Amino acid sequence: MSDTIVSILIVLGGGFAAVAGLGLLRLPDVFIRMHASTKAGTLGVGLIVLGVSVHFASSLVLAKAILIIAFLFLTAPVGAHLIARAAYRRGIRLWDRTLMDDDPMKNSTSQRNDSENSSPEKSASE
Amino acid sequence: MITLEFAVNVALALTVFGLVTGCIRMFKGPTPADRIVALDLVTVLLVAVSSLLALQLDNSAYLDLGLALALVGFLATVGFARYLETNTHIPLDDADVEQDLDDTQKDNASRERL
Repeated sequence: MSDTIVSILIVLGGGFAAVAGLGLLRLPDVFIRMHASTKAGTLGVGLIVLGVSVHFASSLVLAKAILIIAFLFLTAPVGAHLIARAAYRRGIRLWDRTLMDDDPMKNSTSQRNDSENSSPEKSASE
Repeated sequence: MITLEFAVNVALALTVFGLVTGCIRMFKGPTPADRIVALDLVTVLLVAVSSLLALQLDNSAYLDLGLALALVGFLATVGFARYLETNTHIPLDDADVEQDLDDTQKDNASRERL
């Protein structure tokens, strides 16, 4: 019975990991690729570690598994936010079919050389 | 027990597929932010691989490896993101680098002609 649960959890987690890799390869933009890697990747790893803890069924392994899952779920949004903020402030090009870009400095004359000058004004307006 | 081994092999194959696509994006990725995102995903998937190895080899010590890898991977992500944000002189796109290389080659060619 527990083998069945472990098999389902592991294969489901592996499927999410494969979807995360596929999305990272196929999606058009840094900010869109981040969706695949952060959310699907973290969910897949969480399912796999949960399945491993079900298989061993000891309190020590369960504690390690909960520690891994809690750490991943805490750090994945922080890391993704840091990468996205760095990429957006450096002015990495968005997908050419993007409908809306909220940065007011992007519509002025020079986009890419202004990144040092635009950051204090942006932080002041926030 | 055969079904569990089969499931572990299937999950390992799927996770390694994710790892390979992440590595392809890390080599191809036109901007450094793509490479940082791919490095983040590869580290997270290595945690999954070490957990599956713990299951396949029936040794729970591989979970410690996964925990340490998660810690180091987060620090690497934060460090590379800070590096990308603070250093404004690193090129943003591989196309720009190739453009610069073409320009320097044209400059060298014109200098040789002069």
